Amino acid sequence: MKAIQNFLEENIKPNFEKGGKLERYWPVYDGFETFLFVPGHTAESGAHIRDGIDLKRTMNTVIMALVPCLLFGMWNVGLHHYNALGIDATFTQQFIFGAIKVIPMVIVSYGVGLGLEFLFCVIKGHQIEEGYLVSGMLIPLIMPVDIPLWMVALSVAFAVVIGKEVFGGTGMNIFNPALLARAFAFFAYPSYMSGDKVWINTSVREGQAVVDGFSGATALGDLATTGATQYSAFDAFIGTIPGSIGETSVLLIILGAGLLIFTGIGSWRIMLSAVIGGAVMGLIFNAVAPFALSPEQQAFMAVPFWHQLILGGFAFGVVYMATDPVSGSQTETGKYIYGFFIGFLSIMIRVFNPAYPEGVMLAILFMNTMAPLIDHYVIQANIKKRQQRLALKTAGA
Amino acid sequence: MSEVIKIKRGVDIGLVGEVENEFAPALPVETVAIKPGDFHGVRFKLSVKEGDEVKAGSPLLFHKDDEAIKFTSPVSGEVAQVVRGEKRRILEVRVLADKEYTYEDFGAADPIELEREAIIEKMTASGCWTFLKQRPYNIVAETAKTPKAIFISGFDSAPLAPDMATLLEGNEKEFQTGIDALAKLTSGKVHLGLNADAPAGRVLSSVKGVEVNKYSGPHPAGVVGVQIAQIDPINKGETVWTINPEHVVIIGRLFLEGKFDARINIALTGSEIKDRKYHSTILGAAIKPFLKGNVSEGKNRIISGNVLTGTKITDEGYLSIYERQVTVLREGIDPELFGWLIPKPDKFSISRALPSFFMRQAEKFTGQKVAYDLDTNSHGEKRAFVVSGEYEQVFPFDIFPVQLLKAIMTNDIELMENLGIYEVVEEDFALCEVVCTSKIPVQETVRKGLDLMKEEMG
Repeated sequence: MKAIQNFLEENIKPNFEKGGKLERYWPVYDGFETFLFVPGHTAESGAHIRDGIDLKRTMNTVIMALVPCLLFGMWNVGLHHYNALGIDATFTQQFIFGAIKVIPMVIVSYGVGLGLEFLFCVIKGHQIEEGYLVSGMLIPLIMPVDIPLWMVALSVAFAVVIGKEVFGGTGMNIFNPALLARAFAFFAYPSYMSGDKVWINTSVREGQAVVDGFSGATALGDLATTGATQYSAFDAFIGTIPGSIGETSVLLIILGAGLLIFTGIGSWRIMLSAVIGGAVMGLIFNAVAPFALSPEQQAFMAVPFWHQLILGGFAFGVVYMATDPVSGSQTETGKYIYGFFIGFLSIMIRVFNPAYPEGVMLAILFMNTMAPLIDHYVIQANIKKRQQRLALKTAGA
Repeated sequence: MSEVIKIKRGVDIGLVGEVENEFAPALPVETVAIKPGDFHGVRFKLSVKEGDEVKAGSPLLFHKDDEAIKFTSPVSGEVAQVVRGEKRRILEVRVLADKEYTYEDFGAADPIELEREAIIEKMTASGCWTFLKQRPYNIVAETAKTPKAIFISGFDSAPLAPDMATLLEGNEKEFQTGIDALAKLTSGKVHLGLNADAPAGRVLSSVKGVEVNKYSGPHPAGVVGVQIAQIDPINKGETVWTINPEHVVIIGRLFLEGKFDARINIALTGSEIKDRKYHSTILGAAIKPFLKGNVSEGKNRIISGNVLTGTKITDEGYLSIYERQVTVLREGIDPELFGWLIPKPDKFSISRALPSFFMRQAEKFTGQKVAYDLDTNSHGEKRAFVVSGEYEQVFPFDIFPVQLLKAIMTNDIELMENLGIYEVVEEDFALCEVVCTSKIPVQETVRKGLDLMKEEMG
């Protein structure tokens, strides 16, 4: 360890320091060095001791919470591929097939995203911030498996540049960057982001063919168009249904949520109130289902509220996206309101507009816009209380 | 008996290096210094030059905007050096102490008999006035103001804090006289905050003429700002003064004996001090004699005060006026391989992403107190605000800390006022700074905000 450190100090670092040949690229070097070593920086002003937590560890914890979803997603991709072709495949074959599809997306997401981050940091002369580490993992997990890699790259570029860097980088963005990437792809290339062709990879080699009666639609897509689906609630809970790569397994998402809540890094307030919001909307639909116009819609509305919560990207969005502390509500009271409406609107959008079965994406982006407003009113209440205290005092005197 | 006020939000940081409950043999005081940096909101003017002979209580400096307020010498002797920094700003006025002190005579008097003006006059002339701090802005009290209350915290809840009863022992009469004088200065009450969970000692529990409130809970329960917020929060236009109990004793001596007798007790604390004991000394004393042969090898940080709010000084430095301990820690200058990844148990954290939280939970079952051997490493680099709801866990005020800090960073005066900047000072935010994931310099930012508000609002 000492040897690496000395090597860096003596042979590499001087090139990047002031006066060195590569002075401009200091942020890149610093990014790598601080990844390897937590620097020996000491507290210079104020308190002399500091908490052991930093942004790297925080972001890393979120990534850990995502790993089960990623691994499951890889296997699920393979599972559906071989099922669609009617081929009996082993678990390993299924997993490897999925990994071959998914890992390039992860690499493209990180490569393009971090590359752009580095570029902006070099231009601005800022240190590299860790925000993209989580976004870079989230983006592939919320894409359909058959999206071309260049679309992933373009969506990432849009999210990083327009969604984040123009606002000033990590901590300054208004929208969740990962969701912005998805929204970009969704509206720019709708045929690759919705419908029933993209969720299951059906590329065939010679001699292979898709089985008769195959449908590539997601459970949610089925319900929205026909009011029925071949997938059971149990399938949806375990996650063996088609969908965006990482979103399908509610079981593993709950596991991830457990880690986030346990470490305090994801807000349980947002998660809980979003689930309540979704359940409330689901119950309302259950109650009014008989009055729906078409039989399909009647059937969709009649889906039990708890079943709604385990379909589509609802759980994934609520656990990993709604809890983004930067784009979400920042006051503890505000978090309840923010979360509730995310859940409420997700289910509402998905049922009322079958063209957008992924209501959770739009609901979160919409509530990102509303979060500062919610915080504003929470803070105003505190200010009012202070002013009333003063008024009471002056009246009494 | 008054009700116990429970402070819920906060955290006790157990550190290695508690002081032993024992006094060390007295060490001679060779030099003392008054450090203008200790006082906020003052424009200083020198009253002496190098080589002048002074008595204990003779003015060294005075306040340009409030000329009655003198900053006096704690000992008699010779003005050895005026240390200046950038733009000739005065950093220290050093006095070489005599063996036997001679004192300026301010005349003994019973404060109960005296008028408010006479008390102010005695306190300002003797230098005792500078112990009074004024909120809003955390500045030296202005003589023209009458505070709505005076607050004294009778216990220190900071990490490695000395025991107040030990520091004050044997000064019953002095403390009572000091309180009698302070009672004349305010239009309201003198509030004394005591620890509900530990004995307060004879001096504090026997005092009369104060409103006693008891607090229980983790740090910052002993921080005077927290106590003010619980009892009588500061509204716009109101003034509150605060003072440390050890300074009340010195004020007491002024009225009992007519002299500025600046003897105080301090504690030597921190992991790098070998012999951690209480010491009797003088305000502003040089710390060198205490540390000689008493500090571990290696690169250390010497702090005048506690680890949360103290000032970094060198081994040639002097005690700060408002501090009651000297702490020495290791400097955390060693890089740590993948330090952000490995969940090492030797780091303190309020986050459950590190083992620290569980060690502190286990404390409740085993009864064994966890003591961290922390150094000064910042464990990460400065970032923008990302995490939310973090400061709120250790900030027992009805104030939105992050929003207030953002208002300060953007110089939004109206918002600062609305969010309650008058109610807080730097030290109230010390724990927020410790727990910050983004390593924001919180106390410095608050100070900047207070300075700006003072400039704008007067």
